[in-house]
Amino acid sequence: MGYTLNFAAVWRSFDDLLLGLALSLALAFGAILIGAVIGLCTAFGLISRNGLIKRPAGAYVSIIRNTPILVLVLFTYFALPQWGLRLGKIESFVFTLALYSGAYLAEVFRAGLLSIPAGLREAGLAIGLTEMQIRTSIIAPLMFRNILPSLSSTIISLLKDTSLAAAIAVPELTFETRKINVETFRVIETWMVASCLYVFTCSILAALMRIVERRLALPR
Amino acid sequence: MPDNLLEIRNLHKSYGEVEVLKGVDCSMKQGDVVSIIGSSGSGKTTMLRCINMLEEFQGGSISIDGQEIGYEMAGGQRRRKKEKEIARQRALTGMAFQQFNLFPHMSAVHNVMLGLVKVKKLDRDEARTIALKWLDRVGLLARADHFPGQLSGGQQQRVAIARAIAMNPRLMLFDEVTSALDPELVNEVLQVIKTLAQDGMSMLLVTHEMRFAYEVSNRVIFMNQGLIGEEGNPRDMFHKPQSERLAEFLKTSGFS
Repeated sequence: MGYTLNFAAVWRSFDDLLLGLALSLALAFGAILIGAVIGLCTAFGLISRNGLIKRPAGAYVSIIRNTPILVLVLFTYFALPQWGLRLGKIESFVFTLALYSGAYLAEVFRAGLLSIPAGLREAGLAIGLTEMQIRTSIIAPLMFRNILPSLSSTIISLLKDTSLAAAIAVPELTFETRKINVETFRVIETWMVASCLYVFTCSILAALMRIVERRLALPR
Repeated sequence: MPDNLLEIRNLHKSYGEVEVLKGVDCSMKQGDVVSIIGSSGSGKTTMLRCINMLEEFQGGSISIDGQEIGYEMAGGQRRRKKEKEIARQRALTGMAFQQFNLFPHMSAVHNVMLGLVKVKKLDRDEARTIALKWLDRVGLLARADHFPGQLSGGQQQRVAIARAIAMNPRLMLFDEVTSALDPELVNEVLQVIKTLAQDGMSMLLVTHEMRFAYEVSNRVIFMNQGLIGEEGNPRDMFHKPQSERLAEFLKTSGFS
């Protein structure tokens, strides 16, 4: 085929890739922070016995989970402004990804909540704690430990999903890669380097999460 | 201050169609140690759990120091009190559970401190001092920084008792606290309860330990099919049961 690898052009624009990666990480963390709050509230909604809380929570989760994320991204960015909700590219994407991760995290949190023995809530009630104090002091910390492994894969999925922001020209890693590819025609090299950056970052995230898991493990 | 610490009148409780408490009357004075015995399904644990509103009840009333627990009348309607008020009333009693229910992510001392800090609003140093004092009383000062997963069942149960009693409740409720323990660990827990009884703590115990009920209580209640079958001082109850039901129950539970 006669294609000789030449990375020189990619290295010249490597700073742009790193900036893109930084933006990808920022998008993912912004989304997960907001998504975690949405997800936690939704999870309490999902296990609520009150239909007026439970049904909307369930509807939110199933609508989001049954829509392709790219469609959500395009919908928020292109369709919502027609209804007067005009957001910048980055805000629009973080909003979408937060909404998206919130639905997935709700299921993760729900499973975590159900794994906590009912006796702990009763023990809390018996010493006079309110339901809210029980949630914050007992249930949330225990649930968080239970779900760390699935939380870690959700975070990594989210980081990869930030590549969809390229579809609305957010200058994150995938968008930058495509730009360099178009400018330099080094197809293999650019995409190879971008892939390596994703793999590298995701591996580091996974390792960090494992450290957190080990730190928080309950002594026995 | 009213005469009776605890006053239960005509307590009715059903789970759907099934009526588990069919009109229980019972009272306790300050310093009383009362054991509730009876076969499983007789309603003894349910009655205990009504006292701190872990179970709702449909009829009758429970009061502690003359305060109606859980429900109030408003415009001729019986309704559940506000959650904040119920939480405050729950702190009048302390409870130890069959399954200990220690908070697994907190060390022994933090388990005891939680209620002191969050409910009694003590500052952390003060709470810690009280918590350590009670851990010492149950013989676990040296284990204060251990987590529940690092303690034996008997030790966990003693921490759980310290956690309840550190809140300085008017009445302690013990719900089959030795039933989940290995036989060799039962004694250390019973010993702790006995010491508390000697110190004048008012308590109501649901138990299968007949020998212990006999030794520690000044009154025994025998529950049968959702009603109080018989009650009296332990000597009479265990040696001269009036009803055939109680005689039979004592025989099957191995008390002789």
